[in-house]
Amino acid sequence: MEKVGVCDDFVNLKATELRLGLPGTEDGCEEEKEKVSCGKSNKRALPETEKEIESTGKTEASPPKAQIVGWPPVRSYRKNSFQTKKNESEGQGMYVKVSMDGAPYLRKIDLTVYKQYPELMKSLENMFKFSVGEYFEREGYKGSDFVPTYEDKDGDWMLVGDVPWEMFVSSCKRLRIMKGSEVKGLGCGV
Amino acid sequence: MNYFPDEVIEHVFDFVTSQRDRNAISLVCKSWYKIERYSRQRVFIGNCYAINPERLLGRFPCLRSLTLKGKPHFADFNLVPHEWGGFVQPWIEALARSRLGLEELRLKRMVVTDVSLELLSRSFPNFKSLVLVSCEGFTTDGLASIAANCRHLRDLDLQENEIDDHRGQWLSCFPDTCTTLVTLNFACLEGETNLVALERLVARSPNLKSLKLNRAVPLDALARLMVCAPQIVDLGVGSYENDPDSESYLKLQAAIKKCTSLKRLSGFLEASPHCLSAFHPICHNLTSLNLSYAAEIHGSHLIKLIQHCKKLQRLWILDSIGDKGLAVVASTCKELQELRVFPTDLLGGGNTAVTEDGLVAISAGCPKLHSILYFCQQMTNAALITVAKNCPNFIRFRLCILEPNKPDHVTSQPLDEGFGAIVQACKNLRRLSLSGLLTDQVFQYIGMYATQLEMLSIAFAGDTDKGMLYVLNGCKKMRKLEIRDSPFGDTALLADVNKYQTMRSLWMSSCEVTLGGCKRLAQKAPWLNVEIINENDNNRMEENGHEGRQKVDKLYLYRTVVGTRTDAPPFVWIL
Repeated sequence: MEKVGVCDDFVNLKATELRLGLPGTEDGCEEEKEKVSCGKSNKRALPETEKEIESTGKTEASPPKAQIVGWPPVRSYRKNSFQTKKNESEGQGMYVKVSMDGAPYLRKIDLTVYKQYPELMKSLENMFKFSVGEYFEREGYKGSDFVPTYEDKDGDWMLVGDVPWEMFVSSCKRLRIMKGSEVKGLGCGV
Repeated sequence: MNYFPDEVIEHVFDFVTSQRDRNAISLVCKSWYKIERYSRQRVFIGNCYAINPERLLGRFPCLRSLTLKGKPHFADFNLVPHEWGGFVQPWIEALARSRLGLEELRLKRMVVTDVSLELLSRSFPNFKSLVLVSCEGFTTDGLASIAANCRHLRDLDLQENEIDDHRGQWLSCFPDTCTTLVTLNFACLEGETNLVALERLVARSPNLKSLKLNRAVPLDALARLMVCAPQIVDLGVGSYENDPDSESYLKLQAAIKKCTSLKRLSGFLEASPHCLSAFHPICHNLTSLNLSYAAEIHGSHLIKLIQHCKKLQRLWILDSIGDKGLAVVASTCKELQELRVFPTDLLGGGNTAVTEDGLVAISAGCPKLHSILYFCQQMTNAALITVAKNCPNFIRFRLCILEPNKPDHVTSQPLDEGFGAIVQACKNLRRLSLSGLLTDQVFQYIGMYATQLEMLSIAFAGDTDKGMLYVLNGCKKMRKLEIRDSPFGDTALLADVNKYQTMRSLWMSSCEVTLGGCKRLAQKAPWLNVEIINENDNNRMEENGHEGRQKVDKLYLYRTVVGTRTDAPPFVWIL
């Protein structure tokens, strides 16, 4: 039928598709969502060829199968909920907003590209052209008017640097670089 | 019975609750028809286009509870476009106009809007129960109207709906005077939840028996909620990540121990497996366990939990449990009646998580099993024959082998004999879903043996029209037949037009039926709505001489007493 033609058109369109994502990244989950119906056919493979595929399938990864519309018969609600999980677990980036007191607009950074606090601090310092001073466990940040803070899952504003890095990444919802008189209460331990 | 006054007969009818029985009663004689229709309180409508609200209310003016189903089943798998239909608005408008004392509304696969929910909330002062399953088209604003306006709300049960979460304050819209909640299920909401409002609501609902939380409710909030509601019978846990040593976890452990009525457990939408042990103390009471969304919990933790669940009747799980895990289920859960094993790897190319061995183990170990939905990578005829021998009591048997057309992986034969054994042994089989490599032979078996079969789902199966004919001729109780990607065409479709009068609906997609065949069918059967769904512009259905060769992509036909529907979108052509 005409289905093969439809398939080709679809593949060509993909090159011109506008997507959110870094150039050069192939979004695996997007592919799953592209329901192309060229995989289905009423023809059945001969039993011999089926056997062949069976025996080779064990030693090598099976070739990527064309997606059949509506198959397997799993409710879209269920499929979608696994999609979100996959995105999160494959580290599709943990973007959080960063605001700086006095700056006209906010920025966004991906926390998953950093391995520890110093890297994050350097990046923020470069982005907003400031410096945070030195971190002390008891007194917080000393030597600067700027203090990095973040909003955690409970909605509380916390000082960046107190908790282990992994815990910070999983609980940080947004960042705010505080400045000026507000800072005295948090950072300077007076 | 005719010597008794009407009130006595009506009183007797009160004890007859099943819809089928009441339908039967109404056919006995005119006076019984009359008494029955005035006393009928609950009506179930399997296809919202088979009847219209005016005629419904004309016959049953004292209706209190209405169940409506909209889109065909294959809509669950994206085979039906969103705008196809199934709108609840005209129903609610008509019910509101009639000033009915509606108390309960249950909808499945329908399009529900915020406008509909608002109208619903304002039109029925006694409204108590709203259950929405697989619906779409509304937002949390609609929920806010329900919360605010339904003073006696008992049940708000949202199951697997697509809801646009406006992150509003719908939970705070329940007035302080609302203390009647029995069921609150919002697990499918994706957004933030106002935890304070939720806790206050739960605390002032002493009758709350069923609480299902969404992803946004973290573990410490769960602990507080369980302390407020130790009477809970049915719990859906939301987000379950935590560090096992923390204070919240200890509080949760203590709270769980107090929930001695807890029988049903589900959710774990985001779960850290180490925390499952908090639930071990109440596992021996559980009759229902749904871990089918808990993708992060793997084999050994699942097994540890299940080993405590000796009273389990219903288990929904992911195939990550493996054959080994299913063997544990088989040896532990002797009361098991219903099992569903869902696939984790939806592309079907990866690990052989569960195989025919798991299915055989379950059939051998669980004598009370009557319903199964099993997704797997491979199957054999021998296994199915063994399962049939072990479990002749199946009512629902749904097997989905992930790769279409896959034969018996040992013998390379079609799976006709295996499924044949199932239908021959299971004399009470009402629902069957087929998969794997299948020829016309399996349909001959089905036509011969599946005398009670009401619903049959066919995909990538059969060789010729004979297959479909076996089913249409043999299965006298068939109500819903849904077929995709199978070589059945006009001959089978048109062989017995009157058969469709005894069925609710027929779905055929990517089969061999032609436009000409469908037109002939529509001509022969004016009491059928024959719908052609055609989204692809390239395949535009045209009035030309080639109808005999123009294949129809999607055909949906259903009996109706109210003729062609008027709300069909442009890509649906009703013949």
